[in-house]
Amino acid sequence: MTHLTRIDAMNDARLAVAASVRDAILPTDAPVKIAARDLNFWYDRFHAVKHINLEVPEKRVTALIGPSGCGKSTLLRVFNRIYALYPKLEAKGEVLLDGENILDPKYPMNRLRSKVGMVFQKPVPFPMTIYENVAYGIRHHEKLNKADLDARVELALRQAALWDEVKDKLKESGLGLSGGQQQRLCIARAVALKPDVLLLDEPTSALDPISTSRIEQLVEELKRDFTIMIVTHNMQQAARVSDYTAFMYLGDLVEHGATEQIFSNPVKQQTEDYITGRFG
Amino acid sequence: MNAIVMTPRDIAAARLYRRRRLVNIFAIGLACAAAVFGLAFLGWILWTLLSKGLAHLSLSLFTQDQPPPLEAGGLRNAIVGSLMMCGMGVAIGTPLGIAAGTWLAEVGNHRKLGTVVRFVNDILLSAPSIVLGLFVYAAFVMQTGGNFSAIGGALALAFIVLPVVVRTTDEMLRLVPVQMREAALSLGVPQWKVTMQVLYRSALPGIVTGVLLALARISGETAPLLFTAFGNEFFSLDVTGAMSAVPLVMYKFAGSGYENWEHLAWAGALLVTLFVLAVSLVARTLLLRNKISND
Repeated sequence: MTHLTRIDAMNDARLAVAASVRDAILPTDAPVKIAARDLNFWYDRFHAVKHINLEVPEKRVTALIGPSGCGKSTLLRVFNRIYALYPKLEAKGEVLLDGENILDPKYPMNRLRSKVGMVFQKPVPFPMTIYENVAYGIRHHEKLNKADLDARVELALRQAALWDEVKDKLKESGLGLSGGQQQRLCIARAVALKPDVLLLDEPTSALDPISTSRIEQLVEELKRDFTIMIVTHNMQQAARVSDYTAFMYLGDLVEHGATEQIFSNPVKQQTEDYITGRFG
Repeated sequence: MNAIVMTPRDIAAARLYRRRRLVNIFAIGLACAAAVFGLAFLGWILWTLLSKGLAHLSLSLFTQDQPPPLEAGGLRNAIVGSLMMCGMGVAIGTPLGIAAGTWLAEVGNHRKLGTVVRFVNDILLSAPSIVLGLFVYAAFVMQTGGNFSAIGGALALAFIVLPVVVRTTDEMLRLVPVQMREAALSLGVPQWKVTMQVLYRSALPGIVTGVLLALARISGETAPLLFTAFGNEFFSLDVTGAMSAVPLVMYKFAGSGYENWEHLAWAGALLVTLFVLAVSLVARTLLLRNKISND
């Protein structure tokens, strides 16, 4: 009994310290781009995401970590409402993008999808040329002449650090690229729409280590222009690329703070257990 | 140098290995025998066709119409009739099949109605072709004054094409990775554009393969044409009238007892088989290419 109380007391002390650290960094560092307010998500009757309150700062990288099935990918998929494709899925609460609730049925889907881009675990270039892969989304949203479109495609491919490798074969199929190049093509496709936010759902889990480090470097560069949220299973990756980290477990947001603090001095015992590899 | 000493465990393992090897040889032997047995019949059929039909394949087959008994002639009217009716059958069945298959894969997939439609389509897929012919006879030929026509024949063939195309379109679209759908939709592109511009492109070789396989299947069908196109001894391009087809001529000529008719029947059989073989080969090649590009 006394033993337990002592641990509680230690936890409380740590909580206080960490909270002061977090308060010092979080609100002042950057304005909030996306905020979840009491966000809940159900797969039919399964309550996958529970009462999440999360603020994502602008032009920073926020990593979502946690064991499989903790709801981190689900949370990401709420932020551009891609979940709405499937029946029996339901999100309740608010997700504020620049202060507007994107879960409001009146929020235009076209605006949401052009503001929030997404890159998936498996690289899936469309069965078209490299050029068309990038131009496809732009064409849908904007009417550009050939020269402007060419410039936009080049910009997107440069932002995705792919231009030098593909500039001489823009007319070739995107399926002929290597896995890592395909994933960067998918990133180019997403940034081509000039979104504010990029959602990356385990973007490197299907890639080899060299391609992975390439993408990680790219994330570093992309955060100059975009607010980035990245779901990852790889804790080293979260530590390397992110400014903020949110740890989720069984649908709850357990802890959220500056990445340095989460990895060096987590407030919650669960977080520490997870990042030190005791479970998950 | 020491001699290798076999422990009891080694001996037991060796014995087990020997037994497994024998069982393996026995099983492989049985499988090979079964394969040879099956292939032998196919070879026999092809050999019979070639030996009886090859001698009668000539240019006049394509330039002359079917003759009266004991006179020289060809199969021009039947070949043209077959091509026209198969073409029309594919032309009617394909767009309907692709539309229905798309609905199944993209809309009906999550719904009860989708499951029902898929099941009914499977029944249609295995319906005896003579039943389809009878249906078109009752629902179309009788309704148009009992007038046999190439259109009726094409309709009956279209009912064979339809379920094949529905099935392949449905399956090929569902083979497209979910993430490609999601990636396209997350660019803000509406569902119908995603289907038309991204998913069809990915599924196209598979869908074309389905259409070709359906074409191969209907080119040898006789039963659905019996009460619909009926057959015609003369050359005709009139789709509202009775029309000949190679399988119909074979059906009439093969057991007729007239030597020249029987020769024509064998030549027709060889022709249809070669056509089916060629179409299947093209379909195979396309499917193979699709598999490679999806990896």
